[in-house]
Amino acid sequence: MTGRDLVFALLGVVAVGAGLLVVTTRQLVHAALWLVVSFGALAGCYLVLTAEFVAWVQVLIYVGAVVVLLLFGIMLTRAPVGPSDELDSGNRWAALGVAAGTAALLVTVLVMGFRGTRLNDAPRCAAGASCPARANGSAEHLGEAVFRTWVLPFEVLSVLLLAALVGAIVLSRTDLPTPLRKGR
Amino acid sequence: MLEIVVKLVLVAAAFAVLPLLVGQIEHKVMAHMQGRLGPMYAGAFHGWAQLVADGVKFVQKEDVVPAAADRRIFKLAPAVALVPYLLVLLVVPVGPHGQVAVDLGPGVFFALAVMGVGVIGAIMAGWASANKYSLLGGMRVAAQLMSYELPMVFAASSAAMAAGTLSLPGIVEQWRWYWLPWQAVGGVVFFVAGLAELRRPPFDMPVADSEIIFGPYTEYGGLRFALFLLAEYAGIVVLCALTTVLFLGGWKGPFLDDQLGWLWTLAKVFVLAFLVIWFRVSYPRLREDQLQKLAWAWLVPLSLAQLALTGILKVALG
Repeated sequence: MTGRDLVFALLGVVAVGAGLLVVTTRQLVHAALWLVVSFGALAGCYLVLTAEFVAWVQVLIYVGAVVVLLLFGIMLTRAPVGPSDELDSGNRWAALGVAAGTAALLVTVLVMGFRGTRLNDAPRCAAGASCPARANGSAEHLGEAVFRTWVLPFEVLSVLLLAALVGAIVLSRTDLPTPLRKGR
Repeated sequence: MLEIVVKLVLVAAAFAVLPLLVGQIEHKVMAHMQGRLGPMYAGAFHGWAQLVADGVKFVQKEDVVPAAADRRIFKLAPAVALVPYLLVLLVVPVGPHGQVAVDLGPGVFFALAVMGVGVIGAIMAGWASANKYSLLGGMRVAAQLMSYELPMVFAASSAAMAAGTLSLPGIVEQWRWYWLPWQAVGGVVFFVAGLAELRRPPFDMPVADSEIIFGPYTEYGGLRFALFLLAEYAGIVVLCALTTVLFLGGWKGPFLDDQLGWLWTLAKVFVLAFLVIWFRVSYPRLREDQLQKLAWAWLVPLSLAQLALTGILKVALG
């Protein structure tokens, strides 16, 4: 077990522990803040796996935007200081089952897909020079993979996001004729 | 090893001194723009020690946490607001040939991501104070961040595209004088969006003192309030430094780039900081709807146009 394995395991423990606190805490805003810790630890895991670009994008999108959006939503509706009792749902055992099932599925897929794959250690990028193309997590490597091999799924995802964006605009506009807003 | 220690000490020193310097300049520049003298007594010569005196005053004050507040979050918030700016300074290059504390591959994304985290401190403060004005302020901080983060990232991406690298020193290496007209729109969008993210006037809706009594910071006093103030000025330094590095050529100047690089960087940073102060004195506060409109109807389309322009020229010339 190398130092890297140890750090990775510790970060994983932090991520999972914070994730558990997200669903068990009785304070709504604390749940969102524990989510920050969980996402941060996850970004740390990516860093250990040399996926620097993914790690910082994870922080930028999930900590910087998604959690801020969540906090905004919570504060806009109801954000009492102190514990609230109605945060427990009767579905919690079903939810636990679904969570365990999802985790099992994901772990199986990851293990089957990547068992035996070793990290390709690339030297750290020198100042100004571009990273060697085969560094696993470098922006160059990711960009090549996304825009050469996986360009079709990427574009399909873009169309999905565009559809969601148009939908949000239609829902929020008040100056459209009513039939359009009802979805014709 | 020694080199790294020296660099870290230098960054810590810059983090301690530059924000105070910007604060002092703000006192004096604002005063002179408004036909007053500003601080004149502390430290004898033109009030140079005013902020040191303020700091001593803040430290002496009682540490108060409101009874209804969420104590832990309330106490943690100033640190969450301040520390990210220190981390960003680590990746800002001041001169050529590795005059940067940490040279990260995707440095642009690191800087933007970590700056976004700082805003969570203000949101935490707004919520944990258990004060309706603070809560309103916190919500406005969140709304402002969400609208201005997008054009800021787009504008920064434009500079990264033009340079063909995500590393901050790499971007300065690639910088040429014709970037000034080419990336002008991106630079303006980045700077304006950054001002909004820092909640500086005219984008100070979340802290509007005459309306919601300083928003998230209403309940703060003493050292914790001082930390929030320090975070604001550190934010100005970081924003000006990033604008310098991404759009104004960092250490490149008219002559002696290699020897005087750090001086060019500092000069550009302070010119931009002067602009920030000038904006504060010149423009009235934007209303919330004007603020959102500026972001979505102007900055986002402009930054997208800049991205397109960068891409077209890059392909045509490259």
